Amino acid sequence: MNRKQPSFFDGEHSHHHGEPMTTSILFLAHVDELGKTLPKPAFEALGAAVDLAQQCGAILTIGLIGGEIQHAADSLASAGAAKILAVAGPDFALPRFASDALAAEGICRAANPELILAPSTSRFLRALPVLAHRLQGRVDTHVSSLRLENGALTATRWFYRQRLEGVFHRQERPWLVMLDSGCHEPWCGTPAKAIVEEIPVTLPPAAKRTTITGTRSPKSDAQTIRPDAALLFVAGAGWTKKQSDGKPHPQEAEKLILEFLRLSTASLGGSKSLVDQSGENQAVLGFMTHLNQVGQTGATPRHPKGLSTCCHGEEPHVVGWRFINERRAINLDPNCGWARGKADVLYVADAFEVMAKVNLLLAELTKTEEKIVAASD
Amino acid sequence: MATGYHIVVCGGIVPDPLQTLEPIETPAGPGLKNEMLLPAVLDPWSGHALYEAANLAAHSPGSKVWLVSLGAKAKLQQVMMTIAQKVSFELIAIDGPGSGFTDAHAAAELLAAAIQSIADLDRTRLLLFGGWESASRGAGVTLQLIGARLGIQDQFLGVDQLTSQPDGSFEILERIEGGRHQVSLCQGPPALLGWATGNLPEPRNNPQVGMANMRTVMPALQRAKTSTLAQSALRYQTVRPPQQQRHTRVVKDLTAEGVAQEIVEWIATD
Repeated sequence: MNRKQPSFFDGEHSHHHGEPMTTSILFLAHVDELGKTLPKPAFEALGAAVDLAQQCGAILTIGLIGGEIQHAADSLASAGAAKILAVAGPDFALPRFASDALAAEGICRAANPELILAPSTSRFLRALPVLAHRLQGRVDTHVSSLRLENGALTATRWFYRQRLEGVFHRQERPWLVMLDSGCHEPWCGTPAKAIVEEIPVTLPPAAKRTTITGTRSPKSDAQTIRPDAALLFVAGAGWTKKQSDGKPHPQEAEKLILEFLRLSTASLGGSKSLVDQSGENQAVLGFMTHLNQVGQTGATPRHPKGLSTCCHGEEPHVVGWRFINERRAINLDPNCGWARGKADVLYVADAFEVMAKVNLLLAELTKTEEKIVAASD
Repeated sequence: MATGYHIVVCGGIVPDPLQTLEPIETPAGPGLKNEMLLPAVLDPWSGHALYEAANLAAHSPGSKVWLVSLGAKAKLQQVMMTIAQKVSFELIAIDGPGSGFTDAHAAAELLAAAIQSIADLDRTRLLLFGGWESASRGAGVTLQLIGARLGIQDQFLGVDQLTSQPDGSFEILERIEGGRHQVSLCQGPPALLGWATGNLPEPRNNPQVGMANMRTVMPALQRAKTSTLAQSALRYQTVRPPQQQRHTRVVKDLTAEGVAQEIVEWIATD
């Protein structure tokens, strides 16, 4: 490589010449669906914003969007923000691109920050990237950490579906950084009466072409996706394949998995091969949809623990499990990709048998806990 | 009055998901080792967007589908050999860097300019499709930045379903937290839809569709202008694969009861 060429790599300990000092930070958030408080990822992003403002000696401003924001503002009153700005009203209660983008733009123009921190919620991932274009700034999403090094701000995020991790910085400002959930301790503080400066934003008719009519859950017997669950249970295509008696048992598999989810309150993930089977006229698990899919073309959820069952393959599943801390797997194949440094424990066993026993034990535990609660009452 | 939709699908090409990726330093920034030799595929979510676009066009007479793709010409040609057999579209090729390490803002500028240069595109009937994020940069912002440049006021992300209503409006299902969908009613085009997986299976290869597409794909590739991305102040400090290798305990000789007991104890531990 010609070393005289300008390099896009800085090297880990180099000084970032020309990097603007960060003197003003705007934390931007929206209230949750109930309009009472902020979603959990917002408290995590606020935690990062408060830490960074202290490190930089920067002025922190809070910006809120929602139908009613006073309650949420009160919950952030002790965060140390110089002021709390808000765009509120019925037009801004529901997540809609045009109104959310205009509201965020109004707050940003009033605050005039160099750095904007926001949580990577579905509402903001839809609406905020355009904000960077309107403010002639830059946006980076799914950032997992922000650090101040040698006076310069560096961000870390994953590339190529969690297969490469990059650390980078930008000179352009304003810089809109959207933080992934689960990457920073949530901010918590004592609620107090907050003084909120409302920014007037009037929506033009063009911003009201879309109306939100509600939410819909996938057709299934139970809600199987639980982002806050302590455990992710991943089902692979093996659940629908022929078992030791030469026949597939999808109904038994459905029953076992749903019972386990009910007893353990785990969240359900599925491999692509299992999810795709519905389009291939094979035996399927009725409650499994593309929303459950983890891996290359699915989600990479963050949970403290993960238990995979009947999953084969390596890289796609590894990608789906990148952010699972403790991983265990049940598989009949001891040479499965999981055995090669991906899981902490690999049980070489029949998942049907094991999960039936697990359900029995969990049911007994639940009964015992119920008895203890009843006795203490 | 013209009917149907003008659907523009933005879709990049990415290394096959099963390939091992190794980052290297190049004069133009971080890159992938042997990038030009790695087998490539159409970005999976863009693929879903393309199949949904073709399906919508097939059910809406007077519609047309364009596929706008930024990438190395040789790789585009390789991927088109497969994709062109799936569904009908007209290719708008841009010969330029399609790496995941390039700046989304610069890529959006090139793609928006290419869309604006489509001669017979009716912007009042425009539906801008793409994946809700890519399997390379994975930022999920390029499509919205293109939409901003094209002045599209109605944008949707994580779309799994679009249903045309008799009055010309759409019902759109977008993924939101907790495995649910947000349901929206949009008055009609122009609109931007960043697709998740949608509901359609991958179409089977159809040689007749392939032959018809190739009449326009090859000239489009020959016409593709070599483009460079606008200067960006994005600088990388490091790019590296995760090093974590777990020491796996393989348990072979435990009964189902024993395994179940271990798992329940593990679940119960904080």
